[in-house]
Amino acid sequence: MNRDKSKKSNLFFSIIERITPIIAIIGALFIGSIVILLMGEDPIQVYKMMFGLAIGNRDGWGNVLFRATPLIFTGLAVAFAFRCGLFNIGGEGQVYVGAFLAAYIGFTFAKLPAILLIPITIAASALGGALWAALPGFLKAKKGIHEVIITIMMNWIATSLTFYLVLVYKAPPTEEMRLAGVPQMIPHTSEIAEAARLPRIAPLLSKINISFPSHNPLNISFFLAIIVAILVYYILWKTSLGYEIRAVGYNSAAAEYAGISIAKNIILAMMISGALAGLVGTNEVMGYKFRWRQELFLGLGFNGIAVALLGKNHPLGVVLAAILFGTLSYGGALVNIYTAGKIPRELIMVIQAVIVILVVISDEIIKRLILRRKTE
Amino acid sequence: MAQYLIEMKDISKTFPLVKANDKVNFSVKKGEIHALVGENGAGKSTLMSILYGLYQADEGEIFIDGQKTNIYNPNIAIENKIGMVHQHFMLVPPLTVAENVILGMEPRRNYFFIDLKKAASDIKELSEKYGFKIDPWAKIEDVSVGIQQRVEIIKVLYRGAEILILDEPTAVLTPQEVEELFKILKSLKGQGKTIVFITHKLNEVMALSDRVTVMRDGKMVGTKVTSQTNTSEIATLMVGREVLLTTSKAEQTIGKTVLRLEKVNAFNQHKYHVLKDISLTVKEGQILGIAGVEGNGQTELVEVITGLKPISGGKMYLYEKDITGLSPRKLRELHIAHIPEDRRKRGFIADYSVAENLVLGSHYKSPFVKGCFLNPPEIRGYANKLIKDYDIRPAVKENLLKSLSGGNQQKVIVARELEREPNLLIAAQPTRGLDVGSIEFVHKQILKERSKGKAILLISAELDEILSLSDEIAVIYEGKIVEIMVNKNIDRGKLGLLMTGVHK
Amino acid sequence: MFSSIISPDFFASAIRIAIPLALAGLGGVYSEKSGVVNIGLEGMMLTSAFIAVAGTNFTKNVWFGILFAVIIGILLGLIHAIVSVSFKANQIVSGVAINLFASGITVFLSWLWFHETQIMALKNLPTWGFKVPNPGEASSLVRGLIVIFAHHSPLVYITLVIIIISQILIFRTPFGLRLRSVGEYPQAADTLGINVVQMRYIAVLISGGLAGLAGSVLSIEQAHFFVKEMSGGRGFIALAAMIFGKWTPFGTAAAALLFGIGEALAIRVQGVYTIPVQFINMIPYLLAILVLVGAIGRATAPAASGTPYEKEIS
Repeated sequence: MNRDKSKKSNLFFSIIERITPIIAIIGALFIGSIVILLMGEDPIQVYKMMFGLAIGNRDGWGNVLFRATPLIFTGLAVAFAFRCGLFNIGGEGQVYVGAFLAAYIGFTFAKLPAILLIPITIAASALGGALWAALPGFLKAKKGIHEVIITIMMNWIATSLTFYLVLVYKAPPTEEMRLAGVPQMIPHTSEIAEAARLPRIAPLLSKINISFPSHNPLNISFFLAIIVAILVYYILWKTSLGYEIRAVGYNSAAAEYAGISIAKNIILAMMISGALAGLVGTNEVMGYKFRWRQELFLGLGFNGIAVALLGKNHPLGVVLAAILFGTLSYGGALVNIYTAGKIPRELIMVIQAVIVILVVISDEIIKRLILRRKTE
Repeated sequence: MAQYLIEMKDISKTFPLVKANDKVNFSVKKGEIHALVGENGAGKSTLMSILYGLYQADEGEIFIDGQKTNIYNPNIAIENKIGMVHQHFMLVPPLTVAENVILGMEPRRNYFFIDLKKAASDIKELSEKYGFKIDPWAKIEDVSVGIQQRVEIIKVLYRGAEILILDEPTAVLTPQEVEELFKILKSLKGQGKTIVFITHKLNEVMALSDRVTVMRDGKMVGTKVTSQTNTSEIATLMVGREVLLTTSKAEQTIGKTVLRLEKVNAFNQHKYHVLKDISLTVKEGQILGIAGVEGNGQTELVEVITGLKPISGGKMYLYEKDITGLSPRKLRELHIAHIPEDRRKRGFIADYSVAENLVLGSHYKSPFVKGCFLNPPEIRGYANKLIKDYDIRPAVKENLLKSLSGGNQQKVIVARELEREPNLLIAAQPTRGLDVGSIEFVHKQILKERSKGKAILLISAELDEILSLSDEIAVIYEGKIVEIMVNKNIDRGKLGLLMTGVHK
Repeated sequence: MFSSIISPDFFASAIRIAIPLALAGLGGVYSEKSGVVNIGLEGMMLTSAFIAVAGTNFTKNVWFGILFAVIIGILLGLIHAIVSVSFKANQIVSGVAINLFASGITVFLSWLWFHETQIMALKNLPTWGFKVPNPGEASSLVRGLIVIFAHHSPLVYITLVIIIISQILIFRTPFGLRLRSVGEYPQAADTLGINVVQMRYIAVLISGGLAGLAGSVLSIEQAHFFVKEMSGGRGFIALAAMIFGKWTPFGTAAAALLFGIGEALAIRVQGVYTIPVQFINMIPYLLAILVLVGAIGRATAPAASGTPYEKEIS
């Protein structure tokens, strides 16, 4: 057999295999443009507006990265569990609980200095998510109950629980809400202490003479997300823990045979996954609104699934996919405003779902193409 | 009438990574029993699956009774009165015998409903005609393997088959069940049916067939009239070289007791009592073979000793130290090595590389980890050494295990387990599905361990393997050890009776 | 006091609450019996709940609304079948994608067509059956029986018929036998000339249609409006009912009724004790978890459920 040639074609296919997400994105944008056409608008104009506004200037970039940050966390959460063969679709609930615990610590231990309070609050948001994911992990490991249904149920329970808690720790509407005439329809907690807040990027950049709009919400939790992504990569591929978690994910019977505890790794992977989701609290609570309000988190857990699938459950892929989704989300919101609601922002949700479907389909097509090629 | 009932001409079929059939010509006369032999992977099953319409040939033609026939799905085969009994029974376990037989050809009542009563009486009638007893209302999951095979044959006859293809029909049967099967097949032949049976056991070829066709590496290498050939000629055709059909075994002094089981009991997940008061010992330098029909508790016995399954009663000792209830990891750390029976399920992680698989189970120990990080240079070095020592091919440690052949996958497992310097080696079905070369390799490795004074527990469905390697043989039947004997001048018939629960 | 909770009206409302769970659960039964896990029931219900209201309002006919809901359910089933049966993609991923799609498309179309996210149904279903007699006109037993069994929306009776037909279809007919064989051991079915792919397509389409009908019950029959995310996890609770009901139509319907009783009880208890409403809202989900824990060890899923059928060896 001609070894060089086969090596070359292998390389070609491994590239194709990696870029299936791009094919899916293009396909989804195409389907999105059909929808826009049906609405009587010009898709090119809409997309131009969407991407132009989102990534055409520094303010846009800041907003995109700000919106990408929670998706990096929830995307990593799904990807991490997936590597252990688990489908954690409970990111939503884990986010609620983790962020609530962060907010609670942040406004309760207000006397602590920042050097203590910030790490403790970050840890609390991870802990809340981890605890919320522990039960599905436990039921899966010890009773064999599928994690998908349990995590979904836990989402709804978390919704009710945090709604109850937010009423217990309710704060009056803010000054700007009162001025805008907003009655307190959506309750929120009081603000976390100054010492628990994460700095914004804008003042940091202005110190080194880079102009950046001061109202931009991008804060250093974005860098935390990047560090966590790198950490996840190291845990999964460079440690014996990651070796075990992936072994359980690939073939739990063989892992068990080799003396790897399936139960321990499932529970651990679920809890780490939950902790990753819980870290969303750093961006939304510690770096943005400084309080817990449910609408801040809506849909972040579910979009994490799409981000993970699009990112092929790899940390680097997750970061890139999160940035793409951040772009779509911010661009979609702006298009909604600029067209005075003619193009609803939910168009983005539809495009995201289509991306997911196309990613899985194109993966299967490529897999078969490769198999067929190898037989020739 | 044509000279041949079935003629397959120039059949080729390629799967991803393998050319399963390469211009194969195969023909069967009406009313004969035709044996199709070859090693694992020679392409026998593929050829028959093409005849039955499960696969489509890439090239070639099929003639049934002189008529060119395009068999593109099993329905066409059934219409042409071809039936197939598969190696892995194609029966749906939670359904009854009757439901399995009529599936796809259900008799109806009031157009809309299944007429199960008619089905049952039809089945009764058929089974009486050919002389076997079957309860149409029994669930498949509750009946023995021998009965399941009869259900498969009934299923084929129910569809009016005149040509029966049987794929390795004796692989899971006891010697007695094999005899009964042969009686049934001869009576079918007596009634004018044509039978093709796939096997790799040459004594069966000689005992049953009228003609025999040999395949090797996807090619047809010859067809002989059985009465005009002999086993060594067929064997040579099969492997393409002369083969020695015996394994030589040196004398070996027996040492201390390594493993001792005392009245071990276990239940499966359906609360079924699968191991009943098992007591046995394995000593240094000794191979204890477990003989028995598959499904009589062998799997559970291995799982119990390796900690994969909890026991409900009894004690286990390693060098007289109590090891009852220890985790798989603890037991591995006590140098119990295990070649698992289902290598794809338990033996390796298909998506891990050769190197990663070679450290599976030792991955958490020095030198393969430093702190909590893996230590790639050590893992690479170790992998290179084992690949060389055990001749794993291709010798690329980065290859994913799923890209290796079955024989080389087994070599990876054997290398990994033997390098751990076991006190006790548990080898379960160690040569299942391997080619002759790999079988020789594995047998040599097992005997080498014996000569090093290790204790070895050998579980195999191949009676020949048990008889040629073991020092002592324990017979297991329905979760009980019914007899332990020294492997000297053992009468196969007697062994067969013990395996079916008949005492002495 | 307890007797004031356990009244005929209580059982009637338990039945009403159980109906969409039973329908979606049946959808789960068809799909999983054929070997396809359908996590997308939730999204199919949600989309259909929207389409039922939209269709009713556009055509001014509630039956057309229901018909459109069933059709949209079948179409989503078709997508699930294409992705997970033909393309053999991960069935759970496909289901999750359908749920994401449903969340987006319903709100998207709400804005586009109605410019709001809560849409009233302009027409409601009639009530079929006997008139409930006033106290004094009939004995309380007769009155109670009428309230529980014979004074409901047509969809209640339709659901009962579907449950019975499904039980017969799955366990007494050639179609059902083939369906079960395909979900237990597709290779065996294939060797007998049964078209595995075709059977799975039919099952998933039926599943989608039933989820669609369930969705229309939620909006048209129970709420009389559509609001975003109104399915509220019921597609998943339906799956729990299916598991607890051992993958049989009767069992699933009984488990759905159990959920109905639980939820109806929670609503009643709320009026008697002062329990925060948020904890009452948790009850269906807690019940689902408990039911799943309770189902362990006594139920087995169809053996091939969740695995795409691969014919060719690779």
